[in-house]
Amino acid sequence: MSYQLPNFRHPELPVNELGYTRADYEGSISTLCAGCGHDSIAGAIVKAVHELSIPPHKIAKLSGIGCSSKSPAYFLGKSHGFNSVHGRMPSVATGAALANRDMIYLGVSGDGDTASIGMGQFAHAIRRNLNMVYIVMNNGCYGLTKGQDSATADEGSTSKKGDPNPFDAIDLPSLALNLGATFIARSFSGDKGQLVPLIKAAITHRGFAMIDVISPCVTFNNNPQSTKSYEFVREHAEATGTVDFVPMREEITTSYPPGSTAEVTMHDGSVLHLHKQEEGMDPFDRISAMNALEQHRARGDILTGLIYLDEDSRELHEVLETSQRPLNELDASDLCPGNRVLANINASLR
Amino acid sequence: MKPTDTSNPEYFHKVVDCQYACPAHTPVPEYIRLIAAGRYTDAYMINWVSNVFPGVLGRTCDRPCEPACRRGRLGGDEEPVAICRLKRVAADNKTGDDFRARLPKIPKKKNGKRIALIGAGPASLTVARDLMPLGYSIDIYDNQFAGGGMMRSQIPSFRLPIEVLDEEVDYILDTGVVTHFDTEVTSLQSILDKDYDAVFVGTGAPRGRDLNIPGRGEGADNIHIGIEWLASVAFEHRHQVGKRVLVLGGGNTAMDCCRTSRRLGGDEVRVVVRSPFADMKASPWEKEDAMHEDIPIFDNHTPKEFVIEGGKLAGMVFEKVEAEYDENGKRSLVPTGEDPVFMPADDVLIAIGQENSFPWIERDAGVEFDQWDMPVVDKDTFQSTNPKVFFGGDAAFGPENVITAVAHGHQAAVSIHLMCGGKDVAERPAPFTNLMSQKMGVHEWSYDNQVEDDPRYVVPLADKSKALADRKLEVELGFDKSTGFAEAERCLNCDVQTVFTEARCIECDACVDICPTDCITFTAPVEEEMLRTRLSAPAGNLAQDLYVSDVLPTTRVLVKDENVCLHCGLCAERCPTTAWDMQKFLYNVSLAGQ
Ligand SMILES: Cc1cc2nc3c(=O)[nH]c(=O)nc-3n(C[C@H](O)[C@H](O)[C@H](O)COP(=O)(O)OP(=O)(O)OC[C@H]3O[C@@H](n4cnc5c(N)ncnc54)[C@H](O)[C@@H]3O)c2cc1C
Ligand SMILES: Cc1ncc(C[n+]2csc(CCOP(=O)(O)OP(=O)(O)O)c2C)c(N)n1
Ligand code: SF4
Ligand code: SF4
Ligand code: SF4
Ligand SMILES: [Mg+2]
Repeated sequence: MSYQLPNFRHPELPVNELGYTRADYEGSISTLCAGCGHDSIAGAIVKAVHELSIPPHKIAKLSGIGCSSKSPAYFLGKSHGFNSVHGRMPSVATGAALANRDMIYLGVSGDGDTASIGMGQFAHAIRRNLNMVYIVMNNGCYGLTKGQDSATADEGSTSKKGDPNPFDAIDLPSLALNLGATFIARSFSGDKGQLVPLIKAAITHRGFAMIDVISPCVTFNNNPQSTKSYEFVREHAEATGTVDFVPMREEITTSYPPGSTAEVTMHDGSVLHLHKQEEGMDPFDRISAMNALEQHRARGDILTGLIYLDEDSRELHEVLETSQRPLNELDASDLCPGNRVLANINASLR
Repeated sequence: MKPTDTSNPEYFHKVVDCQYACPAHTPVPEYIRLIAAGRYTDAYMINWVSNVFPGVLGRTCDRPCEPACRRGRLGGDEEPVAICRLKRVAADNKTGDDFRARLPKIPKKKNGKRIALIGAGPASLTVARDLMPLGYSIDIYDNQFAGGGMMRSQIPSFRLPIEVLDEEVDYILDTGVVTHFDTEVTSLQSILDKDYDAVFVGTGAPRGRDLNIPGRGEGADNIHIGIEWLASVAFEHRHQVGKRVLVLGGGNTAMDCCRTSRRLGGDEVRVVVRSPFADMKASPWEKEDAMHEDIPIFDNHTPKEFVIEGGKLAGMVFEKVEAEYDENGKRSLVPTGEDPVFMPADDVLIAIGQENSFPWIERDAGVEFDQWDMPVVDKDTFQSTNPKVFFGGDAAFGPENVITAVAHGHQAAVSIHLMCGGKDVAERPAPFTNLMSQKMGVHEWSYDNQVEDDPRYVVPLADKSKALADRKLEVELGFDKSTGFAEAERCLNCDVQTVFTEARCIECDACVDICPTDCITFTAPVEEEMLRTRLSAPAGNLAQDLYVSDVLPTTRVLVKDENVCLHCGLCAERCPTTAWDMQKFLYNVSLAGQ
């Protein structure tokens, strides 16, 4: 077994604005099963962050427990990381985000970590519109504990060693929409063409950005009777449309026929192009998004792509009017403004 | 773009860059692995079968394999594997008795066919080596006192000790080849008249080019033709040279002339060449070796005249030029208009090229000559227009090198054997190939798939002052066993091929994600030119193939750019369905009788 990746890289790898190649955003060699979808998502994250020219130290990776939650070790090796308790990543993320608003918080979770043990935490992070990216590596099972059905497993879906699942699935995008998430997308680990721009858009979004990424567990849940297998997902995935992400600094060069495309300017000036959008579906409208999700679900299809985007999103810091500066930049005089300030406050309450 | 046909042996052959570039197609990575395993005699044997003179070539080969080596394409300061010097490690450490015991048996009963070989250089010796075990009776003619051709007369002892040459020449001659040394062949017809079943001409390119400019005649005593001068040194007719020596020319002969001069008393030896330094024909390492021995190289100097004073050579005058290239890249050397340069000299060695000359071949002996007075020789069969007469080595198409002479010799032997068996010489035997999985366990391979970062090891040299004092002292000391091991570990095992089976692929992207050098892409099937623009990493090296699969269920194809694949096996390790496998590809050129 090779525990080491060779040190050679392609000699002509492109460099980003910081002068870094993709190799500078890699993590250590994966110990996940060969063929695990989670590795592809890790690859997509590396590509997206490299292309966005984000300095690695500006990112904090946060995760819970599971094969998915292990995966931050395999990307962005030079970023910060916190591998928390099962299902508790959102509270760690909340604390971190409140303490330092200047960092990018990249949460990685599994369907077990999110939809079972972590459900409560997930719901409240959304409700508060915490400024973070929340990627669910969704394989419909508890991979790390050998493939038990999870709460996102579809009714009737059968894992490699299991019986048909008797319960209806929790659909995470529908749930997130219900809870008021401001950015919702779904994708597939085997479709980097779709996933990479979605990750970029999610990183640029101000507020809670969830991407539900179907990510087959090759070892326990990639059999023909499973609805989370590579083959099933490929056959049943239907994209809302395609998404192109144009970073703020780049000139827009592609042109689309009029009427076929919608443009969204993100808060940092980057532009999202949505084109070949599904007829009748408006990703800026919650009800339309909800309808589209339900209709596809009823047909047995999996709706992928950008599902919902709230352009007026106000993230937690804005809502709470917190300090503009990270807490670690505040000195004693900021934190203890002295008796006069206290007296003023007291006076205002009289 | 069509799916790659990997059943064509040339596809995987080409992936093994070094072996593909070797004129004799020596299975390089196979012998390098054996060296790493300490199996020196086995490593030597693989070389001996393929290139006949591993000890000689491990010191002197022109090594076309090395510029081709994949490691040289990995960027940064990465250099090729020291393939040539590893060959020497095998030769130095083999067990002689063990090797002799493995030599092919020579049949007691001859097959009744008689072959004449003219010239006893590497080309002819290879023909003898290949045909003796098949029962042929062979006569070899050479005007020198012993076998080896220019390996003996030209390549100086400080690069190739005579014992190394003797040993490998004797392996062949000792099989019962009948030698006619000190015998100048002055007539092809007289050989043909002896009723041989086939005649092989391996007489090399024995004439050194002269430089006819003013003063050449008057200075003749101190102006020498490089290859004649080297031969006279090798054969101990000449032991000295003047203190100030000018060597004209920029090829390997010039490098041997200047370095030999340093050993025969030349204190102030200069190489003077017309072309720019970078365009010189000599291999980079030979230039380095010369400069290491304090020999300056003056480029862009065109010789104008030999200056004679008091009836004796006093030096030479040169005109300074510079290279200009037209839009087709064709070079012309244009005078700069600067003052002519005078360089004093006691001796001048002219090393500006070699030519073929066949005064001894009657033009009515059935061998046709072309407009350049070269014999008309078939590039594959080495047969001339006289079906019984074959050419090889430098005699066939002009001066090359030892390994090319060996490669020609093998093919000529195949032709002679076909002809003597009444078969069509044009029907060449297919190469022997074998493709075998290296999988030992889920994540275990039978080759060492870890890629080492070590920079290329440098061969240690003998102390310079000692080397310059003794013409016969070998300069290079060779790698010791442990350095040989470390250098061998640098080899990427390019013969262990990545083999893809469409039917098993589930398009999970695991191979794409893990590949350290971004070789793999799933994309829509389009024409190659377009395809090359759509891959995971730049794919601009058109000399390297794209391995393209059949169309997969998603209507995409898998494309692997062979260019900088490390053969690390990680794609196969990460593949959940073994759609990728690492398989060792053996490719052996078929020799006579195989
Ligand atoms: C100075 C110098 C250095 C070189 N260094 C290298 C090196 O480091 N590495 C390398 O790979 N190559 C080197 N070469 C080239 C290499 O030596 C030749 O390419 C190679 O030896 C050619 O082999 P061959 O069998 O064709 O003929 P040769 O080796 O030339 O042998 C031909 C033989 O035939 C004999 N002969 C010729 N005519 C007759 C005749 N009419 N009757 C009888 N005998 C005859 C010649 O005397 C000679 O012995 C060097 C060449 C020179 C000149
Ligand atoms: C508090 C707690 N309860 C249970 C476990 C056991 N456990 C480990 S991983 C896991 C499920 C992980 O599933 P998921 O989040 O979908 O990750 P996957 O391995 O499928 O990627 C469970 C239940 C635990 N580690 N901690
Ligand atoms: S068990 Fe499943 S989820 Fe975990 S690493 Fe293996 S394939 Fe991936
Ligand atoms: S790395 Fe090894 S096998 Fe590959 S070209 Fe170089 S010497 Fe040959
Ligand atoms: S062997 Fe496979 S993983 Fe390794 S460099 Fe080659 S294609 Fe990439
Ligand atoms: Mg899971």
